[in-house]
Amino acid sequence: MANYNTMEIMICVAARELEDGATVGVGTGAPCAAAMLAQKTHSPNLVIMFEAGGVSPILPEMPISVGDSRTFYRAVMASSMCDIMDTCSRGLVDYTFLGGAQIDMYGNLNSTIIGEDYRKPKVRFPGSGGANDFASFCWRTIVMTLQDGRRFVEKVDFITTPGWLAGGDSRVNSGLPPGTGPYKIITNMGIMDFEPRSKRMRAVSVNPGYSFQHIQDNCGFELLQAKDTLQTEPPTEEELRILREEVDPYRYVIGR
Amino acid sequence: MRVLDQSKGRLFTDPDPDKARDFFRSKSRKMESKVMNLSDAIAKYVHDGDYLAVGGFGANRTPIAACHEIVRQGRKGMAFAGKTATHDFQILAAGEVFDRVDVAYIVGLEARGLSPCARKYMESGRVEVCEWTNYGLAGRFRAASMGVPYIPARNILGTDTFIRSGAKIVECPFTGKLLTLLPALYPDVAVIHVHEADVYGNARIKGIMVMDGELSKAAKHLILTTERLISNDEIRRDPTSTSIPYYLVDAVCEVRYAAYPGTMAYEYFSDEEHLQEWLNVQKNQGEFREFLNHNIYDCPDHYEYIRRHGGTEKMNQLRQKELLLHKEISHG
Repeated sequence: MANYNTMEIMICVAARELEDGATVGVGTGAPCAAAMLAQKTHSPNLVIMFEAGGVSPILPEMPISVGDSRTFYRAVMASSMCDIMDTCSRGLVDYTFLGGAQIDMYGNLNSTIIGEDYRKPKVRFPGSGGANDFASFCWRTIVMTLQDGRRFVEKVDFITTPGWLAGGDSRVNSGLPPGTGPYKIITNMGIMDFEPRSKRMRAVSVNPGYSFQHIQDNCGFELLQAKDTLQTEPPTEEELRILREEVDPYRYVIGR
Repeated sequence: MRVLDQSKGRLFTDPDPDKARDFFRSKSRKMESKVMNLSDAIAKYVHDGDYLAVGGFGANRTPIAACHEIVRQGRKGMAFAGKTATHDFQILAAGEVFDRVDVAYIVGLEARGLSPCARKYMESGRVEVCEWTNYGLAGRFRAASMGVPYIPARNILGTDTFIRSGAKIVECPFTGKLLTLLPALYPDVAVIHVHEADVYGNARIKGIMVMDGELSKAAKHLILTTERLISNDEIRRDPTSTSIPYYLVDAVCEVRYAAYPGTMAYEYFSDEEHLQEWLNVQKNQGEFREFLNHNIYDCPDHYEYIRRHGGTEKMNQLRQKELLLHKEISHG
């Protein structure tokens, strides 16, 4: 079996979710690496969109910012924030990849504050950026994050970005477009989806070297478990070679 | 139209389009030279207490020279549009220029990390915040640019981001669906960095516009910094390339490399070492104070700032990097 690190397996697993011809709104870092890997393996026609305006670039290297010049290098269009997000709002964007400081059992994300007092927070994080917009509009939201009991919490301090809100039908009842919502959570230990009725997070696949119990032990709420939990296929030699040599040769993302 | 939910955030500007029309009625349409130096433009159009917005995105085509000048001139009590504000935000936070922020993205520098000084300022309780998103602020500028008090959208529904925003949720009179209303945002002043402009302010932006099309129309006063002044003949030879027409513009300042140490597409890439130095030095208060003196307070202008960080030679390297020539050079 190939040797790989935490970031490498998350990126390889995430890349497999993106089918050829799909559209995806991504941020920098791991999400972008996953989209680039997908483009260089099974999805040559994947359309990568960046919120600042880049449409379908041929990325010469990993962008540092979702608005830097690499995000529209040899692109089909250098557009604008409104163009990209309008396109998501119209229903033309299939996937988005997000992260966040905290996530709860319904896939709600917090990237705004930690603490009780909104006016004087213990920790101030960046806020939504485009995350709330992407997660409101794109059909399927995929979250990549480390499996950690401080990240997977019973209740997030602030819902920056909507998941399934309070579960059940609450998301669609809030007015968010029907058919959108969190799709999968990809961590270093496994893959989760959401039970269709309750919309509670559910382990569906376990990464090599881990068990369901490992995932539960690193999760601050009770996880559901799918009937037939799968074993995640480890990264192949070919995926790792492309990731290391072509996607992230300077190890900006995978080197950490 | 039935209002179904109210948010708790305060609007820092008046969304009334008729008040904005009164302002725009009196704005000069004269096609005259607006060329001035940057410090004069900041002194004339950026005032204590004003609402400020800057163009670009993060550290990309952001008017960094203008941000330094605003801090150098000691502006205070401003409101600021934190629309993916990264390096610009930490500069203005270091100068404690603003005490009200509309937030889409602040305190971070994307993949580079979080700014300690910006975080500390935002965690001090001295800054009033209203929460939005990137599309939320773009929509607010779009409403202002249309001369209407709001536009509807389908983001921020169901979240704390809505609760801490200044938006309202209504029932759509056509479809019965729930919609967010984003109130128009007319900044008192905006600064946008462009690739080329003529003396009147007809300007060209190359690459992504981010939300500068909407912002340029929403702002009451608009300062342009430009990599290069070009002739009005050149503008008229190719009007398709004009991104901003002159009548939106109040000042044109030719400042080559004004986005340094950020990226200017097709011109120069970001100086990642210097941006990292910015982040690292903030860990020590004394060193940071000295660093700010060296780079902003005791630095007469942007050209001297660039000289202190490698000058023409550095800018040549960053140009090679932007054009990906460094790859050909290292392999050739």
